[in-house]
Amino acid sequence: MLKNIFIIFLYQLVGESIQKYFLLNIPGPVIGLILLLITFIFLGKKSKDIVRLKKEISETANQIINYLSLLFVPIGVGVVMHISYLEKNLINVLIVIIIGTVLTIGFTAYLMEKINNWEKNDRKR
Amino acid sequence: MIEKDKLYNIWVYLQAEPLFWITLTLGAYLIGDWLYKKSNKFPLVNPVAISILIISFILLTLNISYERYFNGAKFIHFLLGPATVSLAIPIYKKIDLISKEIKSILISLIAGSIFAILITFYLASYLKIDQEIILSLVPRNVTAPIAMGISEIIGGIPSLTAIITIITGIVGASLGTFTLDLLKLKDMSARGFGFGLASHGIGTARAMSKNETAGVFAALAMGLSGIVVSIIIPILIKILI
Repeated sequence: MLKNIFIIFLYQLVGESIQKYFLLNIPGPVIGLILLLITFIFLGKKSKDIVRLKKEISETANQIINYLSLLFVPIGVGVVMHISYLEKNLINVLIVIIIGTVLTIGFTAYLMEKINNWEKNDRKR
Repeated sequence: MIEKDKLYNIWVYLQAEPLFWITLTLGAYLIGDWLYKKSNKFPLVNPVAISILIISFILLTLNISYERYFNGAKFIHFLLGPATVSLAIPIYKKIDLISKEIKSILISLIAGSIFAILITFYLASYLKIDQEIILSLVPRNVTAPIAMGISEIIGGIPSLTAIITIITGIVGASLGTFTLDLLKLKDMSARGFGFGLASHGIGTARAMSKNETAGVFAALAMGLSGIVVSIIIPILIKILI
């Protein structure tokens, strides 16, 4: 458990360092995610030890992901406490967010499902 | 009166310590999560929104500043970084499906990102929102740290963007399922991708709690759209304004 947490933290640390060093727009944790993914792909199933290590890290990672929602609560509280920043714009901003978000989810998922279906039909032919 | 003084002293001590605020956050989340599961994961019963409302209500009633609360709750907030890194694991598990659908992923990623930016810009312009606030709204569909960085570059207000981004996440997590059901979309990877692209981490958390494939594609969309949006917004804004 401790080893797995260490590895996950270490990847974030490397990610953050790369972001600061190259002044990238991508957040450090996302760079850490990409690096960990590359490592996993690269390691493959070379030996029993590697397979076991990957399984252990996966278990810890899945446990953290189970609580992903919880981790947004502290900044979410900040939104409620600072909502007055929006002043007279509050209603209009909420309208943009609600309509914009619903349309974006619908558009993106619809497009992707249609392309996936075309691809499947192509393969069948 | 001595008893009351004692209680007051304990309270003064507790509210200055992280333990109290961490416990409060966990407790509020357990209530939110319990209601979410009780409602059969009904999307409008969002555990994040419920716990935020419970905590905010307590802070406002007791007249506690957000800074004091966050000073304790930051230990929970800290785990967002490691959780993001951890998303590499479910993505890795679905790597075959991802490479099979790579074409639709890339097209939906770019088209969806441009759509998100344009719809926000035109809606906000139509409603005559001040330009500074429009610029703070435009990057709202990507994860908060990226959105805040973009907002700063294009002349928005980063702290406002943070607020807008979180609201976007909660809206996406609460209304996404209805939208996708209305469109009769069944492909779990497409549904998840829509969630992650339009409502980043909070949408991803919701997708993850319903279906693993959806969760993976949400995480993928969240990471990729962060990169794409931060490249195209500065270009699009120059054309639009």
